[in-house]
Amino acid sequence: MGKFIINRCGIMALTILCLTFVVFFLTNLHPNLEKLAKTQANMRMTDDQVVTWLESRGYLQPLFIRYGEWLGVVPSFLQTSEDGRQRGRCVRPGVPSEQTSRYCGVLQGNFGFSTVFKEEVSDIVAKRLALTGWLMFYVMIVMVPTALVVGVLAGMREGSKTDRSLSTFSIATTATPEYVSGVIFIAIFASSAVGLKWFKGTATSAMDEITFANFTLPVMTMALYGMGYIARMTRASMAEVMTAQYIRTARLKGVSFHGIVLKHALRNALIAPFTVIMLQFPWLLTGVVIVETLFNYKGFGWALVQAASNNDIELLLGCSIVAVVVVLLTQLISDIGYVYLNPRIRVN
Amino acid sequence: MDSLSWGQILSQIFLLFWPVWTGMLLIFAISIFTKERTGLYGRLFDSPIGMIGFAVVMFWALTAVFADLIVTFDSLQQLSGMKNKPPGTPARGYEGQYFLLGGDNLARDVFSRVVMGSRTVLSIAPAATMFAFMMGITLGLAAGYFGGRLDTALSFLANLVLAFPVILLFYLLVTPEIRVTGIPVFMAAVLFVFPVVFFVILINSRTYTQPVKRNALVAITLVAGAWAYSGLAFNMDPLGIFYMDPNLLNIFVSVVFVNSPTVFRIVRGLTLDIKTRDYVAAAQTRGEGPWYIMLWEILPNARGPLIVDFCLRVGYTTILLGTLGFFGLGVSPESPDWGSTINEGRKLLSVFPHPAVPPAVALMSLVLGLNLLADGLREQSLRD
Repeated sequence: MGKFIINRCGIMALTILCLTFVVFFLTNLHPNLEKLAKTQANMRMTDDQVVTWLESRGYLQPLFIRYGEWLGVVPSFLQTSEDGRQRGRCVRPGVPSEQTSRYCGVLQGNFGFSTVFKEEVSDIVAKRLALTGWLMFYVMIVMVPTALVVGVLAGMREGSKTDRSLSTFSIATTATPEYVSGVIFIAIFASSAVGLKWFKGTATSAMDEITFANFTLPVMTMALYGMGYIARMTRASMAEVMTAQYIRTARLKGVSFHGIVLKHALRNALIAPFTVIMLQFPWLLTGVVIVETLFNYKGFGWALVQAASNNDIELLLGCSIVAVVVVLLTQLISDIGYVYLNPRIRVN
Repeated sequence: MDSLSWGQILSQIFLLFWPVWTGMLLIFAISIFTKERTGLYGRLFDSPIGMIGFAVVMFWALTAVFADLIVTFDSLQQLSGMKNKPPGTPARGYEGQYFLLGGDNLARDVFSRVVMGSRTVLSIAPAATMFAFMMGITLGLAAGYFGGRLDTALSFLANLVLAFPVILLFYLLVTPEIRVTGIPVFMAAVLFVFPVVFFVILINSRTYTQPVKRNALVAITLVAGAWAYSGLAFNMDPLGIFYMDPNLLNIFVSVVFVNSPTVFRIVRGLTLDIKTRDYVAAAQTRGEGPWYIMLWEILPNARGPLIVDFCLRVGYTTILLGTLGFFGLGVSPESPDWGSTINEGRKLLSVFPHPAVPPAVALMSLVLGLNLLADGLREQSLRD
């Protein structure tokens, strides 16, 4: 088991390295750098001015050297102007120039400086992740129990009317992406023209204080899309368990239907959905971006969109590390959890 | 002129869709009449869920085909005084014509835009899924069948792409700046090779014992493939028939790129399973080549799950295209595709919900139809 985890962590590190390099490469293409220079300094810069601007900030060094700088294995770019003022990624206001460190990349715990928000990337990511954490927390609280109940109810009597209607409901929710259900929900529940006006159509105020009125719609929108998939998996797993030999034995012994479902079937039927729920996290990540944009909730997804549309290189790299770690960590947890839940499977 | 009531709006819309209803009636009549002879497709008409799904998908497919006959106004035409007007408002200056589903914030007819949008969506999504399948099948079969280093390398690459958040990838790949660098063209050059390679290997492995026939068929495939390839990837078709707008190419390539790793994983898994069957061992004993076994023994036996996944994946691709439109990536702002129409409508959503809701419902119904169709197909293919 230990070896398995170490192996997986190695693959994870390699994947992060590859992915961040791809992001680095794509954001550092010349047209992107030109856009960055123009948004940062002046929209009407000439080509020569753009080159000077980029050169003075070290953007025009070879790609691998710059990637090494970001990683912290190559000394960082440092330029000292005539009046002795330094400019570079290691320079911090208030730190005398002699003490400026040579290496300051990810390995030194420095994730860089965001050009859009004018803040440390690690601060932004931490702050935004906390906000998104709340959203995720409520989504999970709503989504997982509902999905499991729907799935178990549908799978416990396969082919019944309950099964048919609940299955159709789950298919319908998987066919409704967040931007569709969100729009419909806002039109029904929040529109000032024709709607019911029960909830608010934006979640901006939820960043300070989460209330029922401002958080219901985003949570519902996200939970609905993920729910159908988990429910269908639970249904399939439950239906399979209900045909097993030991269920028939229990029936023949005279155990009531309730007893069979609750005591014999449920525990075995919930192994497969566990994996699915864990693997749902990466999906939620895409959902977060859409829902946060739609409801104007300034969390991680919103920051990702801001970073991407403004070519904020270091913030984008920070965001992609977080995203990749979430994806791979949930895969690892689902694999390990599966082994613990199902004693028939062993990892070698 | 008075505005129309909701009943009148719905009946007018119903009448406008007459080519679609006629087409659907014909298709259903012929299909049910011949269902004994058409295999899996025919058995679809035994399952109510599959039939509903098929009907919805056919509805949108025929709408895309007959869009020109259905629309009441040009999808880009702006009529003064119709800005954000509610559904059923008479069109100013057009006697007896109405904006059936209202006007959007640029005073265009919402109904016509939704109908025209089906054309954009349905011309990209199935084609992109097809390309992703060609790539996934070619690589997945090879990885599953040969195993070893090839499998390790390809699986690592597939997992790498899958670990990327889709949105981030789109934001990085679908921008005007990326188009300047020529990366989409390069990706197209790589991705579009796979269909050609797939068909050449498919034909070659089957007919290599009859050199004359083989040479003729392979030559035809290569010429046709190279012709389409030059037009689609590099926009250098000498006859100008195959052509793809750079914007569209960018979207197309990104969608194929995002979809193919999943297809690869499914095909690889199926191959690993089917590889151990007796008929594969029999073919190996006969001395068949590896590509013959992959494409003519393994692939036909994996078709059930692949057809089901194809339907689901077209739906997923539709959602992805909508996501692109929702973030305003790639497509031109004029484009009537559903994602960007939703995106435009959401800005005034709480005041004027009517421009955003019809495309949202359209997109949802198409994806739902595809899901139901996949469900029906799965049910029927498991029956034997």
